[in-house]
Amino acid sequence: MIATSTYLAVNNIEVIYDHVILVLKGVSLEVQERQIVALLGANGAGKTTTLKAISNLLRAERGEVTKGQIVFRGERIDQLDPAGLVKRGICQVMEGRHCFQHLTVEENLLTGAYSRGALGAGLREDLEKVYAYFPRLKERRHSQSGYTSGGEQQMTAIGRALMARPTMILLDEPSMGLAPQLVEEIFEIVQELNRKEGVSFLLAEQNTNIALKYAGYGYILENGRVVMDGAGRSLAENEDVKEFYLGFSSAGRRSFRDVKSYRRRKRWL
Amino acid sequence: MELIFFIEVLAGGLLAGVMYALVALGFVLIYKASGVFNFAQGSMVFFAALTFVSLTERGWNFWLALAATLAVMVLLGVATERVVLRPLVNQAPITLFMATIGLAFVLEGLSQLLWGSQPHGLELGIPDVPMEWLSRKWNVNISQFDLFAAFVAGALVAVLALLFQKTRIGRALRAVADDHQAALAVGIPLQHIWAIVWAVAGFVALVAGVMWGVRNGVQYALTFVALKALPVLILGGFESILGAIIGGLIIGAGEKLAEVYLGPYVGGGIESWFAYVIALLFLLVRPEGLFGEKHIDRV
Repeated sequence: MIATSTYLAVNNIEVIYDHVILVLKGVSLEVQERQIVALLGANGAGKTTTLKAISNLLRAERGEVTKGQIVFRGERIDQLDPAGLVKRGICQVMEGRHCFQHLTVEENLLTGAYSRGALGAGLREDLEKVYAYFPRLKERRHSQSGYTSGGEQQMTAIGRALMARPTMILLDEPSMGLAPQLVEEIFEIVQELNRKEGVSFLLAEQNTNIALKYAGYGYILENGRVVMDGAGRSLAENEDVKEFYLGFSSAGRRSFRDVKSYRRRKRWL
Repeated sequence: MELIFFIEVLAGGLLAGVMYALVALGFVLIYKASGVFNFAQGSMVFFAALTFVSLTERGWNFWLALAATLAVMVLLGVATERVVLRPLVNQAPITLFMATIGLAFVLEGLSQLLWGSQPHGLELGIPDVPMEWLSRKWNVNISQFDLFAAFVAGALVAVLALLFQKTRIGRALRAVADDHQAALAVGIPLQHIWAIVWAVAGFVALVAGVMWGVRNGVQYALTFVALKALPVLILGGFESILGAIIGGLIIGAGEKLAEVYLGPYVGGGIESWFAYVIALLFLLVRPEGLFGEKHIDRV
């Protein structure tokens, strides 16, 4: 990979929670400009922690990046606070949506533009743009977002991030708790945003299948380490990935007992 | 005659209620933005009133003293955020509550250390006497000062409501109240927001302190007006500015009417605790208060 074109680079970071719990044990990854990169792995593999390390929401959870560095457009960002990061164009959409429940959908979207300052030039246009991508939100703009559906909340959360005019969105588990059809819809919009607005995405997903369908590149995390990476298509066709994350193998269906014993012996790296 | 007396009692009660509401507003602001019940609000009222009255007694002009006290309260708010709240980010609400208890003692000590502990009288030039034309025309006695206090409270509420509902800062304040983490993630700097809220709460404490100071004199007992704000908060809801006003009116009118019409049957003196009875009954029926935010649960 050519270093100059690297948009976001995470170099060998270690994250420790509460001064004792080592969660990430040297994770490195790269995102190019206008790329969608997937971060895959099981529960507790460190996907969310990686994203929060980048957006620096870790500190509020008593986590800390103790080693390594994070570079965004040639600038080290691991000491910046989240507000500073949003100003530079990195915005995180957290797992579980985290909408402001008592604010209306539109107010939620407007809070996203907070970092753009008091004047907020072009606010109306941006709002219309978000509504164009998510017509459902326009219908529900005056509802309290706590009373909207899960899919609508996910759209609100993504739309809210867009209002900050980010160039890079860290998207955590967008498929969580949504019907398969909605998941497809959300990923379609992510792809559209990527192509039309030029937004890069780093998305953490458990739903490997759909993530690899849309991502240009993917990393697989296990126990706080990157155990495999590659282009989206090649990962999707990799036998081990198929076996462990996509749930089928070349040997056809097997009994659960065999799978378990096979898993125990097999190690990445 | 009966009716006029009733109206007099009711009006007196409502206007007393406005005074409670003034104190309750300070609680609402901080609770809304940080989910913390600020035990120190009463002390802030006392601190503000004492600073103001001490400055005027030293010969400062009214407006100058008011501006200086306001500056002190804003500084205090910023300092509180820096020293007390920032180290406690993401701690349980009870931890923050304990911290505000500490803050209350510090403030009480500090204000008496700075300005001494003797009580002061405070005079705004608006006499606490019945409005003349009202008593002449309708034979109703309503205090001029009470009306003035009501006007001030009304203006304050209007300004605060506008700030919260219509401005970018207000939206950010409500967002922070809902979800700290998400607010951080969209780039709202929590520290600024908290400093702003505490500064505004300091301003409200100053207004309440001056009003109560005129009424009861500026003395240590001023810290206890906060206790009167409690039933108001329970009634109106902890998160609602409008609720603080409505709650204050109901409590004020309720306790005066109870004193006059129920008092004789139970031997009198019920005014001082009747508010808590109303609050208690209310807790049973509507724990979030009249205008409090309902807890939204997804099922």
